[in-house]
This record gives sequence, C-alpha cells and structure tokens, in this order.
Amino acid sequence: MAGAEDLKLLGMWASPFVLRAKLALSLKGLNYEYVEEDLKNKSELLLKSNPVHNKVPVLIHNGKPVCESTVIVQYIDEAFAGTGLSLLPSDPYERALARFWAAYIDDKLLPSWTKTSRGSTEEERAEGKEQSAVAVENLEGALRECSKGKPFFGGDNPGYVDVILGGLLGWVRASEELYGINPFDPAKTPLLAAWAERFGALEAVDPVIPEVNKLVEVAKMMQAKLAAEAAGASN
Amino acid sequence: MSQPETVKLINAFGSPFGHRAEAALCVKGVPYELILEDLGSKSELLLKHNPVHKFVPVLLHGDRAVAESIVIIEYIDEAFEGPPLLPADPHGRAEARFWAQFIDHKFSRPFWLSFWMEDGPRKEAFVKEAKENLALLEGQIKGRRFFGGDDIGLVDIAAGGLARWVGVFEEVAGVRVMSDEEFPDLCQWAERYVSHESVNKCLPSRGELVALYSSWKEMYMQVAKVKFSS
Repeated sequence: MAGAEDLKLLGMWASPFVLRAKLALSLKGLNYEYVEEDLKNKSELLLKSNPVHNKVPVLIHNGKPVCESTVIVQYIDEAFAGTGLSLLPSDPYERALARFWAAYIDDKLLPSWTKTSRGSTEEERAEGKEQSAVAVENLEGALRECSKGKPFFGGDNPGYVDVILGGLLGWVRASEELYGINPFDPAKTPLLAAWAERFGALEAVDPVIPEVNKLVEVAKMMQAKLAAEAAGASN
Repeated sequence: MSQPETVKLINAFGSPFGHRAEAALCVKGVPYELILEDLGSKSELLLKHNPVHKFVPVLLHGDRAVAESIVIIEYIDEAFEGPPLLPADPHGRAEARFWAQFIDHKFSRPFWLSFWMEDGPRKEAFVKEAKENLALLEGQIKGRRFFGGDDIGLVDIAAGGLARWVGVFEEVAGVRVMSDEEFPDLCQWAERYVSHESVNKCLPSRGELVALYSSWKEMYMQVAKVKFSS
C-alpha cells in the first residue's frame, strides 16, 4: 500500500499496558502488525528495542522503537496528529490535567490495587483496600472535573485519560469474578461505573479488550503457582 | 492587549522536585513569584491547590493550578513562549518523555530516603541499584552537552536533583553514589547544568543545602528506619 506507515506493536495479550497502546491505535483507526511476545522467552527484537526495561508494550514505527505505555499513547497521538481522534486536548492546562490524572492512575491507583490483591500480609491487603478506596474516589472527582457532564474524561470523545484508565478494564471486569469486588462500584463511584460501561461498549474498544474468562484463568493459574511457592517456601 | 497572567510557584526550600519547576520557569524565561512553604505546617494555599497530593511544587498560573513536577515542566513548555524544552519531532519527544519518566521513577523519594538508611546489606543493595540506573544515564549523556542536545531540556531538568542534591546528600550522609571515576560524563554534565545561567539563578548553593540537610539528618534517618524496616 503506497505511503503505508510501518507500525508494529510488541505485546502480551493480558497486559493492561499493552491494551493502552491497542486502544490508542484502535481509536485513531491505525493499522499495525501485532506481535505476541512470550515473556518467559523474550524475542531479540524486544530486547533490542527496549534495552532499559525489556518490557512490553513496545511500538516500533518505521523501525524506531517507543517504550512505556503513557509515552507510546502520546507518541501515537502526536505522530498521527491528522488521523482520527485527538487523544490529548489542545489547551495546555487541559493537557496538564490529563497528564496529572494519567500519572495518578499509575502512581496511586494501580499500586493500591496490586497491594489489595497481592499484599503478602492481611495488614498490607487491608491497607491496599483503604488506599484503593481513596484512589477511586479521587478518580471519580477527576471524571466529574474533566468530563464536565460529557461521556468521557476527554469530553464528547474518549481521550488520553480514557485510554490510560481503559487499559485496566479487562482486569476491572475480571476482578468481580476473582475477588468479588467491582473496583468501580456503582454505589460509591457511579460516574466511573457508567464510564466503564460506556467506554467498554465503544466500537473501537469492545473487540480489543481481552476476554474476561481468559484473564480469570490466567489469574487463577498465577494464584495457584504463588500458593504452591509459598507452601514450598514455608517447609 | 490583556496583561499576562501572574505566575506563582509554591515550593519548599531545598526540594529537588520543586527545583524542577523553578528551573523550567527560568530556562523558559517566565517571570514568577516564589512562595516558600514550611512543609511542617502546610499553608491553606498549598492544600487548596494540591488537595490530592499536598506536595510541592504547585504552579499557579492565573486561576489554574498545576501539580506534579514533570507535568509542570511540560505545562511550562506549552503554555509560554521561550526556548523549547522538548524537541519538535514526535520520536525525539517520546525519547525525552521516556527518560524523564525513568528518572522520575528510579530517582524518586525512595532513592533520596535510602541515603539515610542504616549501613548494611539493604543499603548496599540500594546503592548498587542506584549505580545501575546512573550507568544508564551515563550512557545517554555520552557525547552530548545536555540530555536535550545543545541546550537544557526536559530530561536535564528532570535530572537536576542529580546535579546538585546527590553531592549534598553524599556529603551529609557519608555515602558515595555518583563518583566522577565511575560516572565521568554524568559528573561533567552536572557541572554544566549547575553553571548554566538560567539554572544558576534559581539553584540553592551547595553550602545552603548541606546546612539544611545536616539539620534534618536525624529526622530523615528516623523516617528511613520506619520506611525500610522489616
């Protein structure tokens, strides 16, 4: 195809960070080649393209790699500025707000969820639960502030924060079956609960989110493995 | 033509994170009013404008408040005229953001706190990890005047703490992390950074910082003890 950009995404199907890149590419209507990595046996290409972290996702555009999910999403938005939706707003202050909340999701929300589900002690998990409650409450406020009554963090259309948070949707959905918890409880965070439904149902989003039963299967396998290791370690 | 809106920066003296915001304003050439917080007794202004984190720095531009030092640097770059802090091409911008994020994650509060840990294998592990991360930066700065190229950019400002504060912490805590034998290019970059006319204006002197952190040494050692215990 004349003028076709060479876009390749190195990923792992269950990764929420990879999902962010897929969502950005999908929302902008971009074609790309997807390469599923075996994280226990990483490809030469992955190791060469992300020498610092050796992690997915990596976006390779015309041979040049871009790493880190938030950096990739901003890159996709800027390199393909004329194509499809604009993920970041044009006003500098609104861009700063979007970046602030994206950082919050990674620095506060995600670690609190990890602590809740994978904390090594009862105490740690309880602390995680408390921190998660504060984090989602703040995000509920962020959604109210950023959306100004419109459907998405980005306003009428999904934007940067929708993509960054949206990457977590697969695991948010799996969480109910795994832990009996809905992280976006409609009783406590009605806006986020509605947002999750709405964003998840978008034509560009729905087909891209990993299947919940597959995520649950992977999580249960991990839990069994960790339990076996713990049992072995305590002998 | 309307008056330019006032720019104020809420900072705390001696904060390497606060310095990032000041350095960005100075490099960009934006006049600002500095408001220094006493972090032991946070002001209403700070709590109102950064209710989520209650940390400095916070940039106030007219009626807008921007928090998070890296977010502030990009805001300053986009909201004001002046020398660009990021390159124009998307790939160059992605590189800059990658390294700024790397620095922000690897040289964050735990890094600074680790200087005050009790000697022992845990502290050694922290120092080892810090040196591994510094080595990656050494690789990046080789052959360049600044991480941003010919002039200071986002990554240089994000790394500003390494240029001045590491030396201070080394002196007060008695730990060597960034020697010029091991990191010659990075140390030379540090010299260029602190001597840069825009940075020099807003950088606390080494002497002032040594005095400050010496007075806080006991407190930080207690905090480190609690944080890194068990």
